[in-house]
Amino acid sequence: MRKPKLTANKIVSMKEAVRELVKPGNDIYIEGFTHLICFAAGHEIIRQGIGNLTATRLTPDLVYDQLIEAGLVKKLVFSWAGNPGVGSLHALRRRSQKDSANKLEMEEYSHFGMVSRTLAGSAGLPFWPLKNFEGTHIAESNPKIKSVTCPYTGETYATVPALHPDVAIIHVQRADKEGNAQVWGLMGTQKEVAFSAKRVIVVAEEIVDTQVIRRDPNRTLVPGILVDAVVHEPWGCHPSYAQGFYDRDNDFYIKWEDISRDPKTYADYLAEFVHGVKDRKEYLTKVGSGLLDRLKAKPRKCEGVDYGY
Amino acid sequence: MVTKTTPGGITASERMAVRASQELQNQEVVFVGIGLPNLACNLARATHAPQLFMIYESGTIGTIPARLPVSIGDPTLVTDSLAIVSQSDIFQCYLQGGLIEVGFLGGAQVDRYGNINTTVIGDYQNPKIRLPGSGGACEIATHSQRVLIMMRMSPKSFVAKCDFITSPGSKMDSSKPSRDLGKTRQDLKLPGGGPTKAITDLGVLEMLDGEFTLTEIYPGVTVEQVKQNCGWDLKIAPALKTIEEPDPKTLELLRNKIDPDRLYL
Repeated sequence: MRKPKLTANKIVSMKEAVRELVKPGNDIYIEGFTHLICFAAGHEIIRQGIGNLTATRLTPDLVYDQLIEAGLVKKLVFSWAGNPGVGSLHALRRRSQKDSANKLEMEEYSHFGMVSRTLAGSAGLPFWPLKNFEGTHIAESNPKIKSVTCPYTGETYATVPALHPDVAIIHVQRADKEGNAQVWGLMGTQKEVAFSAKRVIVVAEEIVDTQVIRRDPNRTLVPGILVDAVVHEPWGCHPSYAQGFYDRDNDFYIKWEDISRDPKTYADYLAEFVHGVKDRKEYLTKVGSGLLDRLKAKPRKCEGVDYGY
Repeated sequence: MVTKTTPGGITASERMAVRASQELQNQEVVFVGIGLPNLACNLARATHAPQLFMIYESGTIGTIPARLPVSIGDPTLVTDSLAIVSQSDIFQCYLQGGLIEVGFLGGAQVDRYGNINTTVIGDYQNPKIRLPGSGGACEIATHSQRVLIMMRMSPKSFVAKCDFITSPGSKMDSSKPSRDLGKTRQDLKLPGGGPTKAITDLGVLEMLDGEFTLTEIYPGVTVEQVKQNCGWDLKIAPALKTIEEPDPKTLELLRNKIDPDRLYL
């Protein structure tokens, strides 16, 4: 049983949202499949030094690697860990290979396995079945992957347990102050994770009047009744992106390979761009308006639909 | 990425992209991967398969990328697609639902049965090298009607036994104990057809009777060279075909239109 969250105005700063809702030892899920990854939230968690975290997501990318480098993660739950199209996550590598000091705990699935965990969590079921993992070592390396016999056909299916993160951080293009959140472009597992999580922070590029949401209700991915806090954070995803707002900073992802390979340059980066700024606004000033102008999306509007009856 | 160039000035990546594109039929539904598979698919669409139906793992359906995507979730994949769906739809409805005709895979290690390792080199608990993991690879290998593997050959990558099997091939084989050891796809009732070909920088390996056999070779490459770059005693087809070098028009397309910054070529 869950209590719907009906507060009329949930708008807080990123600092407040993280302080109130992300606690040491939590299982956190900063969602985003390439698109809408909230770097602003990750950086605020690092600034507040909230540690002992279990960091969960299909694709832990740069921001999760930064949490690892900052020493805040004790366990990683994932299905693909890398810098897409570029290379490795170096903090993770340093903490996961032979003879690594202070090895990270890891719990590993495939994408389909992780997605299925969010489906079970969102649907209020204890597990989810899928036809997968046979003929591989994945299930045998993860005792949480089990199997079930279908009561109709007698066939065997793999099962994965429901996921219930303590807190999900969902970045969206627009939301109202109650947290009714609309997304377009890639949707990842945003909806499923919001329904699975105990607490939900919605971070929006734009805060709009509830009437704007009501005029296009099909686009609402996360309903406000799930949401604990709403943060207005324009450009909160850079170097990730927000469709219709700004492009992915591919050059940064490519440069990151060199920054992160050496612990010294990695530490310098965190000192300058995370600890060296007090919030996202200062980060954006440091990144520079030239870059932001270059990344700003060119308009590409759709025709819209008619909800009349 | 190491760029090997042939005497004719054509790179190994160009050969692989062109040869892989020829495997794709018009109107086929393909699950596109980033890198060389993306080049192969977009080249096929620009040449002999204009209605190739491209699906990307990030959830884009009927995609026509306007620029080269660096990531599987690049915004260019969204713009002008026929549909954008959630991750649960892409894996449950499209892949497990049986809609994907061709999947692409690559990895750090592959064996004679087309089993692929993208997880670890060495022991799982204490690996020499930690690789990214499965991502969608395991389910692509399980459910696609056929799988094309694109990998460069070397004794380190074409191995007798994979250190870890991430994605299933035609038969489970590994030095690591497993409950599925020795079982075939049929034994395990895997829905997809599994790997049918490996497109490499030296030639093409075809899955014949459940084992990779060298069936095609590039001009200037010897059988001995291929064998030296393979970690098992590779079967050679009696009638070995020589692959035609890509024609100038196709190369021009690939170099100037599809990957103008030479990110993957």
